[in-house]
Amino acid sequence: MPAVPEGVATPGTVDHVDAEPEQAQRLATEARDRVRFEEDALALSDQVYRVARHLANSREEAEELMQETYARAFRSWRSFTPGTNLRAWLLRILTNLNIDRGRRQQRAPQMQPLEANDYYLYDRLAENDGVSDDERVVERLSQDDIVTALSAVPHDFRDVIVLVDLGDFSYADAAQILDIPVGTVMSRLHRGRRILKRELAESALEEAT
Amino acid sequence: MNDPCAHCEEMMQPYLDHALTDEEMAAAERHLSECEPCRRRYRFEESLRVYVRTAAAEQMRPELREKLAALRIPLE
Repeated sequence: MPAVPEGVATPGTVDHVDAEPEQAQRLATEARDRVRFEEDALALSDQVYRVARHLANSREEAEELMQETYARAFRSWRSFTPGTNLRAWLLRILTNLNIDRGRRQQRAPQMQPLEANDYYLYDRLAENDGVSDDERVVERLSQDDIVTALSAVPHDFRDVIVLVDLGDFSYADAAQILDIPVGTVMSRLHRGRRILKRELAESALEEAT
Repeated sequence: MNDPCAHCEEMMQPYLDHALTDEEMAAAERHLSECEPCRRRYRFEESLRVYVRTAAAEQMRPELREKLAALRIPLE
């Protein structure tokens, strides 16, 4: 009699006959759930990239991070709880990978970033050329000014600006993604925006002179 | 409060984040209705936030989209 391969039911055994369709059914359901998870995750990739681009230091780095994130997400899809925020879950993986990549070690020794008050940028731009139409003042900043200034904001502050102001995450989601208290999100956001405005003032006024 | 404009500046970020209490919101609005310079600065901040969002938005390259799709685990 030929050997029966492991896992293959032998005819005439009630247990095996019942178990096989049950297992096949389970595998089919799991495959369907996995495919759905992958489709959902891929459908969010534009939104995830939008945030990833500025959490990382360059486009190349952002692209690598995206691939590492999706590879890990597809491998560990079972740990995602359906019905919860998939975009936040993906960003949590991405920020952890970003930290694992040694981002924080590469940074220069902790320097206290200089921040100005909240009106600093407006006042500097307006005084520089006496603009009276305040809504047009913002147009004096180029797209490059924004991207350069954003990349000059230290990571701890930039991460919250990117998640909340660019990624539309709530304070609570940002806190969960970065694994920090909500109060810290709020204070970093407040200070980070001031640092960003100072950087913007510097680059815009440098161009003007 | 010694300097209402300085206080108004402190309130600007939470105001635009809708994170003020009703009472704080009413106080900020009272000051803004009377103070043209603060009003202008609030309007500027609002435009700046929209502008930063738009300027920082970068499309994902199609090559990356394909690479991500290729990472899916094939069905057996």
